[in-house]
Amino acid sequence: MKHNKKLDNFCLILVMIFLFLPIFVLILFSFNTSRLNIVFEGFTFHWYKDLFSNRMLLDSLGNTLIVAVISTLISTIVGTISAYALKKYDFPFKNFINELLYIPVVIPEIVLGISLLCIYTVLKFELGMMTLILSHISFSIPFVIISVRSVLEQMDPNLEQAASDLGASKLKTFFYIVIPSLMPGIFSGAQLAFTLSLDDVVISYFTAGPDSNTLPLQIYSMIKTGVTPDVNALITIMLLIIFLVLCVSMVINIRNLNKGELK
Amino acid sequence: MKKVIVKLENFSKKFGEKEIIKDINLEIYEGEFLTFLGSSGCGKTTILRSISGLDTPSSGKVYIDGEDVTNFEPPQRQVNTIFQNYALFPLMTVEKNIAFGLKMKKVPKEEIQKRVTKMLDLVHLNGYEKRKPKELSGGEQQRVSIARGLINNPKVLLLDEPLSALDLKLRKKMQLELKQLQRKLGITFIYVTHDQEEALSMSDRIVVLKDGRIEQIGTPVEVYENPKSLYVADFLGEANVFKGKITDRNNKYTLVTMQDGSVLKCYEKQFNLEDMVSLVVRPENIKINVKNKAFLRGKIVEQVYDGAFTKIHIKYEKQIVKSMISGNDKLHQVGDEVTISWDIEDAIVLRSEDGE
Repeated sequence: MKHNKKLDNFCLILVMIFLFLPIFVLILFSFNTSRLNIVFEGFTFHWYKDLFSNRMLLDSLGNTLIVAVISTLISTIVGTISAYALKKYDFPFKNFINELLYIPVVIPEIVLGISLLCIYTVLKFELGMMTLILSHISFSIPFVIISVRSVLEQMDPNLEQAASDLGASKLKTFFYIVIPSLMPGIFSGAQLAFTLSLDDVVISYFTAGPDSNTLPLQIYSMIKTGVTPDVNALITIMLLIIFLVLCVSMVINIRNLNKGELK
Repeated sequence: MKKVIVKLENFSKKFGEKEIIKDINLEIYEGEFLTFLGSSGCGKTTILRSISGLDTPSSGKVYIDGEDVTNFEPPQRQVNTIFQNYALFPLMTVEKNIAFGLKMKKVPKEEIQKRVTKMLDLVHLNGYEKRKPKELSGGEQQRVSIARGLINNPKVLLLDEPLSALDLKLRKKMQLELKQLQRKLGITFIYVTHDQEEALSMSDRIVVLKDGRIEQIGTPVEVYENPKSLYVADFLGEANVFKGKITDRNNKYTLVTMQDGSVLKCYEKQFNLEDMVSLVVRPENIKINVKNKAFLRGKIVEQVYDGAFTKIHIKYEKQIVKSMISGNDKLHQVGDEVTISWDIEDAIVLRSEDGE
């Protein structure tokens, strides 16, 4: 038994190293005095100072955040309402549409990117922030629907009937009873949409315009000229923010679990 | 004259091709405890849902307090439903659950608070205000759902098998509490159950349903002691059925001859000679080995001791006759040859149904 436990721990450590070593190296090199991400020569905050004077990088970060926030908001709202409608109402081809939802999830991004570009060209949309946001909304919605739907399946259908019986209109029932019950699904759907939008390269590559460069696109294009350590610095800051957000959400989850419920 | 609070007029309901409710006419009076009793699939819940508005009839009309509400949505009807699984809002506290109906009606906060406290008193849940449904037992959840319905002062409270998820002891206790609550408030309760014992012990009137039709309406005593059909006799309590043909009658009693040639006496005035009839005798009226009254002979095949009662199964010809004696008077043994008899007035005479 004891031996097994040691082996388990060893495997766990290996996995952790495998997962986190690259991130650790990246953080380390953000403090490297050398320009090249090859050898660590000395410790410096120089790149962090550089970062805040790098307009191109900061602009693309701004674009990324704008696109991610707007597309998450819209796709979460549209996705939640769609999931509810798909569950609640009967209409022709309902099952077919339900199955169709999985297609955007499984088809290669490059296909989706090219097809979106085709549509924008046909419609004579000028590529820019608008097309970028539209594209992100369109690939996020299925994820939100799928995530909300899984919670919806577990919801007691009697709850809505009870609310109606107690005098709540359909709209009030939706806001007072349905939405709060779906919150876990809505949150995880929004989280998915946000992270997908944040790091999307392929679809953005096809649908972004010259003035709507996102951070992943910017970094990708820098590879040709060499990624400078100020990118490392930027990513380190982003990691820190994500880490803090994760901590907060974990604390909330644990508190809710202790209260004997999942919200 | 009693006031009619709910009226069903030529009420029918179809699901696709299948007719669940077939042309029901029924008047329910203000302040009564009325129970729809039937096996599952007989349409009793469908009737309840049509009164609450969660379903609409395929044809016919529903009146509440004289008003035609057939096409009204549930929020427009002054009735409330108690659901089988309680359907409490899981994210809301007990207090908020109970207050929900008033909040929807935009009743002022102070008044809501006052009425919630009153309701909590009524269902003995003071001190539970801030708890969530998950932290309550089944019985407590049921009380919350009753309070949540009653706080709206409904004209009728509809209860859809509300006690079926509780264990036997709690169920008995809640039966009594519900009955007392109904008497105290004077609100009409319409109750749906498949449990004949529950129906008998709580109701003012019982509506026995069979395949979407009303089989019999009456007080518990009426439907138990004077069932109109074999179905009702069998559904409410246990029934021993003896089939035969009327072979003779005088102005006092009728003689029924069974297949094996035994002749039984009974009182009835409605049948003719040669009619096929069934005599129904409740187990508690079956007497064993009472001299000078012997009708039939049989052999004891089983004795089941039940605490308050001992049930004795006697094999007579091809059927098992059930008898019930109080306590544990071990007068007989399994295998004993005994005689079976009953008082003539305890035999209910019904028309024999085909195929039964």
